Amino acid sequence: MAELFTKNVTKKFDGKTIIQDISIEVHEKELVCLLGVSGAGKTTLFNVISGLLTPEEGSIYLNGTEITGEAGHISYMLQKDLLLPYKTMVDNIALPLIIKGEKKKRAREKASSYFKEFGLEGTQMKYPNQLSGGMRQRAALLRTYLFANHDGKEENGIALLDEPFSALDTITKSAIHQWYLDVMEKIHLSTIFITHDIDEAILLSDRIYLLTGKPGRITDEIIIEEPKPRRKDFNLTEEFLAYKKKIIEKLGTI
Amino acid sequence: MKRKSQNIINKFYSVSAVLLLLVVWQLVCSFSIVPEFMLPSPAKVVQAFINDFGLLMSHSVTSLMEAGIGLALGVLIGFIAAVLMDHYDWLYKGLYPLIVLTQTIPTVAIAPLLVLWLGYEMAPKVVLIIIVTFFPIAVGVLNGFRSADKDTIHLLRSMGAGKVQIFWHVKFPSALGAFFSSLRISISYSIVGAVIAEWLGGTSGLGVYMTRVRKSFAFDKMFAVIFLISFLSLLLMALIAVLQKKCMPWEQVKKEEE
Repeated sequence: MAELFTKNVTKKFDGKTIIQDISIEVHEKELVCLLGVSGAGKTTLFNVISGLLTPEEGSIYLNGTEITGEAGHISYMLQKDLLLPYKTMVDNIALPLIIKGEKKKRAREKASSYFKEFGLEGTQMKYPNQLSGGMRQRAALLRTYLFANHDGKEENGIALLDEPFSALDTITKSAIHQWYLDVMEKIHLSTIFITHDIDEAILLSDRIYLLTGKPGRITDEIIIEEPKPRRKDFNLTEEFLAYKKKIIEKLGTI
Repeated sequence: MKRKSQNIINKFYSVSAVLLLLVVWQLVCSFSIVPEFMLPSPAKVVQAFINDFGLLMSHSVTSLMEAGIGLALGVLIGFIAAVLMDHYDWLYKGLYPLIVLTQTIPTVAIAPLLVLWLGYEMAPKVVLIIIVTFFPIAVGVLNGFRSADKDTIHLLRSMGAGKVQIFWHVKFPSALGAFFSSLRISISYSIVGAVIAEWLGGTSGLGVYMTRVRKSFAFDKMFAVIFLISFLSLLLMALIAVLQKKCMPWEQVKKEEE
């Protein structure tokens, strides 16, 4: 059974339909990508899944339980890293645990124990503005991960990542892509991430949903068969190019 | 290093300007351009300050106490008003114009009324200080709350945070900078407010001292107390700056290279 699925979700603003009839699913430890042009309603869909918005039609299920319009179940990483500038790194990372009602000391210990794995060792007592863009992004991802897995039941972590790497420069981005794949191999986290970068979509995901049109609909689903861990030069291979060609064609015909 | 030397140069300019002003003032007096009884020389003012030092200090204690109590209550009321106006929109719509209205009434005009209603003791002074100090805090802190990042609030909501948690983790820290800026304004208002209230009656305080020396045409003492008041205000503002640095350590750290 799918961990997370949306069933015929439609969301309108002022009578205007933004996304229509969206049904997607995410399975255990799967990296799913939502690829589409700007304005197709990708972020709106995330806001609906995370419970910040309630859809006009359709419903959201997490592990068989309906969570439509309820916040606090699904971890959501917004476009900016949104680290709180006035909290130290350890307090930033521990925030979702504290919100969930854990004791401060315990939350800090738990947060701190992940710093090494996320390449943030030694930054616990620093403030976000002392870190580079890449580190801040990794920190935001760690916070997202901790929220998804806060209750210790490792199998039900689901995270939504809204253009997680779009603010980074190309070199930092390709380093963080590699790191992201490595870390995802190690941790239990199912993700849906938004991107408008076709290369990034193919590189990082197991399955791609194309979200296009106005109102936005899911127009196609592409499975990336390349086994994981992926070859370091996957993005230079024939297969990669074939996927890219396929996606461009599908986007072009709409 | 460069920043530090720049700082010293900036200080040098302002200190020289003050010194120059003092020299000109002393010369004006020494050459009797302005009669001595109208403008006492800086040396005379210092002399008066030293002679009356004990008296000035005991009056200062009264004024500072009034200012302290008034400011503490003003800040508390201003802060609570900001929290409530941020939380309840109807309260904001109803209360905000009223709060602005209180600031259009001249302090000097209501002070006699307060004395009439509340007597010559501390009460009218404290009330006046509350009226002048709560406004900058209420408006500043409210703007601080409103300036809190919307996306960060969304993020916390997605984590399942309630209104109280969003307040403590996002709105309150976001308003700290605005709070301290307002506090710096309020603290200087509190001293001035105390002095104005004391002009109109009372037995002790810098305003009372000022009225007495004015009535006896002791302009050297008048200047001494004026300088003392502005010195106290500056000192308290500096104290706020130190407090702000302590409370907002993240403002102090600089971005490091990776």
